[in-house]
Amino acid sequence: MASFFQHLRYVLVSNPVTLLAFSLFACMLLVAIFGPALVPYDPLASAPTGALKPPSLQHWFGTDQVGRDVFSRVVVATRLDLLISFSAVALSFFVGTALGAVSGFWGGWTDRILGRLLDTIMAFPLFVLAMGIVAASGNTIENIVIATAIINLPFYARVARAEVAIRRNAGWVQAAKLSGNHDARILFARVVPNILPPMMVQISLNMGWAILNAAGLSFIGLGVRPPTPEWGIMVAEGASYIVSGEWWLALFPGLALMIAVFTFNLMGDGLRDLVDPARRT
Amino acid sequence: MSGPALLSVQQLSVQFRTRRGTVDAVRDVSFSLRKGQTLGIVGESGSGKSVTSYAIMRILDRAGVIASGSAVFGGIRLDQAPEDVMNELRGREISMIFQNPRAALNPIRTAGQQISDVLIEHAQATRTSARQKAIEALRHVQIRNPEERYHAYPFELSGGMCQRIVIAMALACKPQILIADEPTTGLDVTTQRTVMDLIRNLTRDSGMASILITHDLGLAGEYCDTLIVMERGLVVETGQAQDIFLRPQHPYTRKLVKATPHHAQSLRELLPDDGASRPVVAPNASSAEKKAVPLLDVVDLVKAFPRARGLSDWLHRRQPAPFLAVDRIGFQVFPGESVGLVGESGCGKSTTSAMIARLLEPTDGSIWFKGKDISLIRSDQFTQSPMRAQIQMVFQDPTESLNPRATAEQSIADPLIHLLNLSSRNQVRAEVRKLAEQVGLEPELLSRLPHQLSGGQKARVGIARALASRPELLILDEPTAALDVSVQAVVLNLLADLKARLGMSYLFVSHDLEVVRLLCDRVIVMQSGRIVESGPTHQVFHTPQHDYTKTLLAAAPRFLQDTRQ
Repeated sequence: MASFFQHLRYVLVSNPVTLLAFSLFACMLLVAIFGPALVPYDPLASAPTGALKPPSLQHWFGTDQVGRDVFSRVVVATRLDLLISFSAVALSFFVGTALGAVSGFWGGWTDRILGRLLDTIMAFPLFVLAMGIVAASGNTIENIVIATAIINLPFYARVARAEVAIRRNAGWVQAAKLSGNHDARILFARVVPNILPPMMVQISLNMGWAILNAAGLSFIGLGVRPPTPEWGIMVAEGASYIVSGEWWLALFPGLALMIAVFTFNLMGDGLRDLVDPARRT
Repeated sequence: MSGPALLSVQQLSVQFRTRRGTVDAVRDVSFSLRKGQTLGIVGESGSGKSVTSYAIMRILDRAGVIASGSAVFGGIRLDQAPEDVMNELRGREISMIFQNPRAALNPIRTAGQQISDVLIEHAQATRTSARQKAIEALRHVQIRNPEERYHAYPFELSGGMCQRIVIAMALACKPQILIADEPTTGLDVTTQRTVMDLIRNLTRDSGMASILITHDLGLAGEYCDTLIVMERGLVVETGQAQDIFLRPQHPYTRKLVKATPHHAQSLRELLPDDGASRPVVAPNASSAEKKAVPLLDVVDLVKAFPRARGLSDWLHRRQPAPFLAVDRIGFQVFPGESVGLVGESGCGKSTTSAMIARLLEPTDGSIWFKGKDISLIRSDQFTQSPMRAQIQMVFQDPTESLNPRATAEQSIADPLIHLLNLSSRNQVRAEVRKLAEQVGLEPELLSRLPHQLSGGQKARVGIARALASRPELLILDEPTAALDVSVQAVVLNLLADLKARLGMSYLFVSHDLEVVRLLCDRVIVMQSGRIVESGPTHQVFHTPQHDYTKTLLAAAPRFLQDTRQ
């Protein structure tokens, strides 16, 4: 464990971009955990007299059309947005990696059937597929998570399949067979940990997409329903006010969204280095 | 003999910037090369021999810089010349041949086109004449049917052919200096001989100077006039090839010459002097009385790989004849015996060993091990069989055979936990320590990951893991092919000691005849899936019967051929 933290320190110090990304991520986590307790206003409390006020000292990000504090809403929304994207990515990572690893390791008919199945998912316009899933199965947060997970599944499965396939006949896999390990243990306890570095890069890229996807679904009116604070809905609601000059309604939640996606994308290299044993000395 | 130096390197130092500060890869190397001379740079991995040549060609990667010194070619300071001058020189005046010929060729252009490209690039030919000149170049490197081969893609050619194409490309512009960086590593001995003879004849005929970079002392001794021996970036010895072999001055050179098995009579002779005092284990320690019941009896073993069905096969509704990697072979291994299985790449020796190790399903035939036909047990069920512990294997590449995420201790413990079913953590720990001690691995190395270990240490971990389940038959698939000669000497001795102590049988798969000669009691020679000759080691080596065995023996490079008689 101590060596892990030593390695973490090395990864952060050696690459300033990684350090920046990890610090931003830590800030986001803190905001997600403590934000709702610290915000100055109730994110749901409306004040018709103070509607559509531009950013000021009282309301840092201004107020929206019913007088809710935009800053409080942006902060409170962090938890929900991160929760949706984390669980969607975790789901697609576990299921996708397992499917991809199985088809890469055993090949043959398993591979063919799983491969065509994933191709079918990829053949749809992914966002439309997610819309369809949520519209058909009901407008709940769980369904958003599941829909996001399904459309991201093929990406994990493909990377995992390719990475497992090149290691399938490696000397150390043969050696593990000679040491009396059965195939399932070799695959999941030996080979899969070895494909983590490229998977981490996939995760970080995917996390950004997942957050955008969840926000996108809310933007078109699926998924999270108003008045729940959520970045996607806030951008959607604020978009109609941009023409009349109330830019802060859409800008600040959009900025939060952008920073989140940016952070996740930058974290990729750092995460990879963190789980790659060859980077340790 | 003497003449003006074509290339003069003075006090050349190369540094690499790394995560842990600068590393001196090459320190104060000086040498000069005259017209028509062949210079050998010899050393083990990490000695800086390749880096020296990269520095001369100015193809160091970004982290590497020439820190000091000079390299002068025809009045041009190569270490300071601007990039466009170097581009002119590379290929036209100084050419280079790399280790892996397949990687050096562009896979999607034909062999002939690639030679034409070089000719056009250096204005040696026009588009119209390039083809004719390229065919001429192909003929020059003794490729049969050059007109046909012009259109061959690299994947259609064998390793030796690819290396000839690379040589043709390197020599196409008639350079003055040819640098060959391990030109025959990875090629079979017979191919190695033809390629090296070709390089020698071509350079000699055109009066070219050449630099041969190799780890193989035998090869360098046979083909070079002058040798430079390098160790960790320093030149430790320079001299005439004969002198270096007969009267090595530096202790490192002495160690290297000693470790090269070409003239040794026993494995002990390979070790430096301080190791030779240990008791000598005769290679043929197994007595004839033990040979009552064979431990392993391979009968009519066949492995066929199906060929792809072409269009005409579809139309005629026929299956193409399968490719027979192993074609009805049979042999026996007796308890306590070590048997060498030799042959060139593609002869089926590795396929045979994989089938005996039950990693691969045989197509036909049987493998009797201790009176049971283990070929009847499917290979994916064999892991659960009690026989699994008794047949183990040491793999060719020690790096590739260790899980990159597992420490040395975890790798060695794996068979203990899953084959011997040791459950107590302390018991496993104690057993791992014992095995590590057996193979001479320091206990503090056990917590390291593979990339933190050296090649020799990784080889020891692989051997310890194979020994962990106390096997009766150990299959060694070229266990020293990826190791430096001095490490190879130590590992071979370790294997001989372990066999004497634990009474195992070895099936030693190798293309290196010298190693087999020293370690094995009996030799089986394979060619294209068949056994062409077998018999006691000394008999096969001294009175070979089959032509192929004779060719193999003659092809092995040997310095000091005269002293062998």
